[in-house]
Amino acid sequence: MAETASVPPAPPRDLAAARRREERRTRALLLAPAMAILIFAASGPLLIVLAYSFLTPGDYGGVVWEFSLKAWFNVFAERDFFTGEIELADAHLSIFWRSIKLSLMTTALCLLIGFPTAYFIATRRRETRDFWMLLIIIPFWTNLLIRTFAIMELIRNEGTVNSFLIWAGLIDSPIQMMFTEFALLVGMAYVYLPLMILPVYASLERFDFRLVEAGYDLYAGRWQVLRRIILPISKPGVVAGSILVFVPCLGAYVTPRVLGGGKQMMLGNFIELQFGQGRNWPLGAALALALLVIVMVALMVYVRAVGREEGGQHG
Amino acid sequence: MIEIDRVTKVFGSGNAAFRALDTVSVTIRQNEFFTLLGPSGCGKTTLLRVMAGFVDPTEGAVTLEGQDLLRLAPYERPVNTVFQSYALFPHMTVAENIGFGLEMQGKPKSEVRRTVSDMLELVRMSELADRRTSEISGGQQQRVALARALAPRPRVLLLDEPLSALDFKLRKDMQLELKRLQSETGITFVFVTHDQEEALTMSDRIAVMNGGAIRQIGSPRDIYDHPAERFVADFIGDTNFLEAELLRVAGEEAEIRLASGAEVAARAAAGGAQAGPVTVAVRPEHADLAPEGEGLLPGRLDDVVYFGTDTHFHIALDAGGRFVVRRQNQPERTETRAPGDRVAVRFGAGVGQVLRD
Repeated sequence: MAETASVPPAPPRDLAAARRREERRTRALLLAPAMAILIFAASGPLLIVLAYSFLTPGDYGGVVWEFSLKAWFNVFAERDFFTGEIELADAHLSIFWRSIKLSLMTTALCLLIGFPTAYFIATRRRETRDFWMLLIIIPFWTNLLIRTFAIMELIRNEGTVNSFLIWAGLIDSPIQMMFTEFALLVGMAYVYLPLMILPVYASLERFDFRLVEAGYDLYAGRWQVLRRIILPISKPGVVAGSILVFVPCLGAYVTPRVLGGGKQMMLGNFIELQFGQGRNWPLGAALALALLVIVMVALMVYVRAVGREEGGQHG
Repeated sequence: MIEIDRVTKVFGSGNAAFRALDTVSVTIRQNEFFTLLGPSGCGKTTLLRVMAGFVDPTEGAVTLEGQDLLRLAPYERPVNTVFQSYALFPHMTVAENIGFGLEMQGKPKSEVRRTVSDMLELVRMSELADRRTSEISGGQQQRVALARALAPRPRVLLLDEPLSALDFKLRKDMQLELKRLQSETGITFVFVTHDQEEALTMSDRIAVMNGGAIRQIGSPRDIYDHPAERFVADFIGDTNFLEAELLRVAGEEAEIRLASGAEVAARAAAGGAQAGPVTVAVRPEHADLAPEGEGLLPGRLDDVVYFGTDTHFHIALDAGGRFVVRRQNQPERTETRAPGDRVAVRFGAGVGQVLRD
């Protein structure tokens, strides 16, 4: 025994080092596919877009490899056609503003409809919950374009809603809903509602409803129970749902195109315009990156606000 | 004082209808430690939830000091519950949990803070005030649940098997703790349990329930020594059941003739008992062994089982049936009887309890 203990410790240490090297190599190999996807499928295209935004537009689309800051300049500002003065690009900013405003409103609307819906489903008997979830998910199996056209069929001037209201004698002439912000709001809320319901449902399904009883028992009314117990505990679902709705709304393309026409353009359409008829790829690229920045800033602000609220509760 | 008057609760309808409570009437006194004891499914928890307001009875009335409780929503009743699962709010600290009820009652912040610290002291949890409820042990959660329910100073505290999730040692400690809290706060406790020992050690009075009805109400001693019917005698403690003939009955005093022919004085629940064949319950520790030829019931010793604190003698009675005698062990007493010996069972006058059915 004593002899074994006196064996010089050097060889084992070498062995250990070799094993560590080996482990590192294995880890690198295992990580490689994921890294490759990240680099080529996510970072790569993004870098191309970034590069394009600093180039000069080609006459027939595409880019000319000539450095230019004009695209970024044009995102926010424009030179007056006649006087040559530099001023804010009102048209661009109004599109930005409309996109952000409509996305916020859509998120709020989805939350307003989605939370009670998810709550309703989560409080059904276990066997019937799947049926209700199916109803929520079915629209997902239908093409986005078709769903949007269905909304159009409802709200256009000769559509179901107007026809009904005229038939009922409530209005004389159809209400103009198509090509308004209202149309976009309804359309996007409809399209993205499941993205709100699913995560909220997931968090409510795990919610221990005995806590509601405990709340009632401790003199909290319905509203207090909702505000002080159900909402704080299901917050992760609400946060996830809000992000899932808000982010695609900002970049929405199909819905504004169909329901908003050219009048209610949103960022997605505007970017598409630059790559298509506008033949200004660098501006399109710069706008796309600006959108990305808006999303990231919005998420950071949101997450921090939510986090602070949570911190405040302990303070 | 809570008066529960002919409360019935039927769940479901038609063939699937289930009578969880069947015309239950009971009066719970002020400052009483009152226990609802029974097997699972006997309706004890349903009765508790009727008082809390989570179950609306199909029929009947519930009043608290004359005030109709059924007309009040759960959050309007001066009644708090300690839930079996504790149901602590996971997003709040211990102190926030305890203060929740007071806050909802709209008490000023300073009062909330003062009461919370009093409550923390009462349940000896002061050091853990700022912990999350997920960061404390089961026993500690139990105490937080207690403090949370006591903090708004309810007139009645309802406890739904609050000790069932605790291990044996902790349960013993909490039993004493609960008793202490009840006497210190002077609040009426209504305690639900299926554990007869728990019920016997803690309660001022016990209501034994079965099949949605209260079978017997009385002090622990009453219930144990004088069970009114077979279910109660069987559910609480161990009992020997003897077939006998009731000869005479006057008030609670009865005269019975056992299967062996021996006659002995017994007790009968006031009213109800009639001369004729009856079942008599005798607790194993209330009976003793006698030499053959003496005693009331001759038989043969089948088994002697040593239990540490006491020894159980299993006897096959000559008249049929088995009888267990339990005798406390004493250091100076050595047992010489062995299985196969002829023995007799004896018990004193008034020990046998004539059962109602």
